Amino acid sequence: MACISPDGKPTVSGAKMLRALKATAGSAEEVSQSAGLPLFRVRSGLRELAQAGLVSQKGEQYELSAKGGELADSLPA
Amino acid sequence: MEEVKEQVISLPRLGQPAPPFEVVTTQGPLKLEDYKDSWLILFSHPADFTPVCTTEFIAFAKIYPELQKRGVELLGLSVDSVSSHIAWARNVEEKTGVKIPFPIIADLNKEVSTAYGMIHPGQSKTETVRCVFIIDDKQVIRTILYYPLTTGRNMDEIVHIIDALQTTDANGVATPANWRPGDKVVVPPPNTQEMAEQRLKEGYECVDWYLCQKKL
Repeated sequence: MACISPDGKPTVSGAKMLRALKATAGSAEEVSQSAGLPLFRVRSGLRELAQAGLVSQKGEQYELSAKGGELADSLPA
Repeated sequence: MEEVKEQVISLPRLGQPAPPFEVVTTQGPLKLEDYKDSWLILFSHPADFTPVCTTEFIAFAKIYPELQKRGVELLGLSVDSVSSHIAWARNVEEKTGVKIPFPIIADLNKEVSTAYGMIHPGQSKTETVRCVFIIDDKQVIRTILYYPLTTGRNMDEIVHIIDALQTTDANGVATPANWRPGDKVVVPPPNTQEMAEQRLKEGYECVDWYLCQKKL
């Protein structure tokens, strides 16, 4: 898994995406820009975060779920 | 007499949609559709920890920033495992200082290699040859290059093809032999007699009606 480690903790790129979504919900393109990650990584990562129940998708927009919000809050700044 | 049966698989061709894939890579699971709206260079190599492939990966890593400026991503592939890819990439960085910044597919079941025709039994029955598939932002195959196992790829040529294809798409022109950005481009030839007669009056630099060039 690229965004969530086997121990359930977000990887560096997973944490970047969670922080970006904590700041504001947005499209994959917007997350890519604010997280500073390539778009292909963000698309793949958002899919993984959604499967883990950390992110929900409405159309083209992604936002943190309650569980994702809690995890994002626990990340070091 | 023993009958030999070979499975006939339709290989990708220029202008066709790239075969979809869902793969495990050194940067996690990826699908072809993750690259939508970007250009993609999908390239295969015979095996990790081999000399020519190592020189190629270093060279691909060095042109990656130039490719990114052009909206192009790189995606490597071989039939080795992710662990092997990771170990090799770490070794390359340790020994040469070059970090491999793009993902590498672990095509252990040869699904992608088969779909893209990357295994040429005349060269090797188990390893992928040195293929390059240039896939555009609409996920259409625009270029296919095959290099033999013994010949490392030419990065200048790969960047040149990207520049030429993107210039063609942006301007509706073709590019002549040995073209470089900034050189004159070829105006599409007329396809009616009337257009042919008109062509010589349009102010282009023409050898004749069918070969006219212009500066962009």
